[in-house]
Amino acid sequence: MTTGIRASLMVTCLGDLFYPEVGVRIVRLLRRLGVEVDFPAGQTCCGLPLFNSGYHVEAAAVARRTLPLFRGSQHVVVPSGSCAWMVKHEYPGLMTEPSLRAEAEALAARTYELSQLLVKVVKRTRFTSAIPGRVTYHDSCHLRRGLGESESPRAILRDLDGAELVELPGHDECCGFGGSFAVRLPEVSTAILDKKLANVEATGARCLVACDAGCLMQMGGGLRRRKSPVRPVHLAELLEVDGGE
Amino acid sequence: MSELSTPFRERAAHALDDRFLQQALTIATTKFIGLRREAFDAFPDGDALRDRAREIKEATLQRLDQHLEQLIDNVEGLGGRVHYADTAEDARRIILDIARRTGARLAVKSKSMATEEIELNEALLHAGVTPVETDLGEYIIQLAHERPSHIIAPAIHKTKGQVAELFARELGREVAADPEELTRIARAELRQKFLDADLGITGANFAVASTGTVVLVTNEGNGRMVTSLPRVHVAVMGVEKVVPSMSDLVVFLAILAKSATGQKLSSYTTLVQGPRRAGELEGPDEFHLVLLDNGRVRQIAGQLREALSCLRCGACLNVCPVYRQIGGHAYGYTYPGPIGILLTAMLHGGAAVKDLAHASSLCGACAEACPVRIDIPRMLIELRKDNVERAVAPGPERVVFKALARLLTMPTLYRLAAPVGRLLQRPFVRDGGIRRLPLFFGEWTRSRDLPAVASRTFSERWAELERER
Repeated sequence: MTTGIRASLMVTCLGDLFYPEVGVRIVRLLRRLGVEVDFPAGQTCCGLPLFNSGYHVEAAAVARRTLPLFRGSQHVVVPSGSCAWMVKHEYPGLMTEPSLRAEAEALAARTYELSQLLVKVVKRTRFTSAIPGRVTYHDSCHLRRGLGESESPRAILRDLDGAELVELPGHDECCGFGGSFAVRLPEVSTAILDKKLANVEATGARCLVACDAGCLMQMGGGLRRRKSPVRPVHLAELLEVDGGE
Repeated sequence: MSELSTPFRERAAHALDDRFLQQALTIATTKFIGLRREAFDAFPDGDALRDRAREIKEATLQRLDQHLEQLIDNVEGLGGRVHYADTAEDARRIILDIARRTGARLAVKSKSMATEEIELNEALLHAGVTPVETDLGEYIIQLAHERPSHIIAPAIHKTKGQVAELFARELGREVAADPEELTRIARAELRQKFLDADLGITGANFAVASTGTVVLVTNEGNGRMVTSLPRVHVAVMGVEKVVPSMSDLVVFLAILAKSATGQKLSSYTTLVQGPRRAGELEGPDEFHLVLLDNGRVRQIAGQLREALSCLRCGACLNVCPVYRQIGGHAYGYTYPGPIGILLTAMLHGGAAVKDLAHASSLCGACAEACPVRIDIPRMLIELRKDNVERAVAPGPERVVFKALARLLTMPTLYRLAAPVGRLLQRPFVRDGGIRRLPLFFGEWTRSRDLPAVASRTFSERWAELERER
């Protein structure tokens, strides 16, 4: 089966180093859906940590390096809402040269967070859950408020065979990650996280789903520290086509 | 200005340990968030009016000088006096001159952040004028010798039990922790003050240029007493609060109370048109409007321009995950919360918010709640950027980030990150996770596990995935 859809995976630094399984699952999932997937060589990080801390000259240098890697891509798929936001929302503004700015705008237009690509490009919401049972969903701030995307992940989770989606109280409240915020003000970051995790545990969900590696690192780190039975998972880790790979 | 000598991180940590503060903040902010949501859900025009409000603010800033001139003409036409204060010190001097000339000894005040900004109460006391706060929240914190910890709910950090204790100490008798009873006590104490005061001091939520009307939005009725009973009324207003016309005012009134307290309108909207005129029964003999610049006008062409649209509704504080955890005092300046960081930078310069600019996870809840859609996270990033470029940011941080930038622009070097990480993490990894790390990394692991660098990164697995095709 082939759809003629091509997608380049922007794996992101956290995805590459800490969550390679997420990338692997995305590649296999998209291929099963008839999407041709490639992984342009030379990727590092989108530059968001530099940008958010105010290192804009440096962030622009990273962006300028990243742009040509995806020059031939039909679509770019990103497993994190925040990195997708960086590319879509901030890359064009960081480019001072008109030609590069035009290129950044074109890249922004064809970049999708995973759930967006599935729902809006591949046009598929029906999958089978790799982990049956109750799931709850955390809205990542950059995906929900930055990219205005709250519906695509929910459409998939609602249709997910074998899973029951329960809304998380305070689903749109920050998990306390915030990049360097988590280590600049660890006490505050942790207090925010504790509130989030209390809400998560109150849902009785088996899995906590998010579409951002940063949030998963924060919430997953907290769940593991408190030896919680709730499993933090990236959306990609739940999705299977026709009941298996 | 509580303990600015203590680093912000410590002030915040201290607030997190305050059980009463935590309890009070959770109850109040949760209530405010729910009320605001309900108010806008029941008001389908809300979004369009928010856009309209922002347009009016932008258009007004374009010609602020003209609107202010018109306002001054109209207030003076009504028999009022208008004073322009470049700085907080100028504003204090103007008000003290009025107090001295009119022989004032007792001033009643309606809630005003502008007078907090210029630290007026201290100046009045020093000049022999006793200021009495008449808004219940302000009254409470004046008794407690504290500063407001929220823009619209100054005593938000106190539980009703703490307020009862405070009143009991003041009155020398038992007081029940019952809000109605507490309000009755304050009311009885304040009534005589209203009658005795020679000076009434208020802020202003708006001033209408085309009519010379100063507008106060309140809930307790104390604002009306302050503006009508004393011989002299002084209103202190930031210059950016001028609105062109009454029809513009209506737009702001429709969204302000909804954003602030979730009310359709506040209980009292007081329109003040100069002093008492011949034949009128109520009102002061003298009316003064003090227009306060204090760093605002400079920002019309500055990077904080958007913050000049702020209505001071406090919605961004209520939804801010950081404010909700630490409250207002930990910020250390007059204006707390996300907008407060921007206003602090406006009043005290960008270097003053070196740490505060990082008191945000950039989650964007503030921008979403703001009735005039101020992009607060964007400006926080701009302030961080300035502090990086002016080398205000700490040296070690700059070294780390610049090194990171080098690494991220050199893929060949970056490829070594995983093997080096795996080597360094070896002593710390248990079951694929890390519980404790030394040095700076320990800030993460003090409360959270860290995932270990994968035994094979995605990049290292790609060749294999290619063969699967």
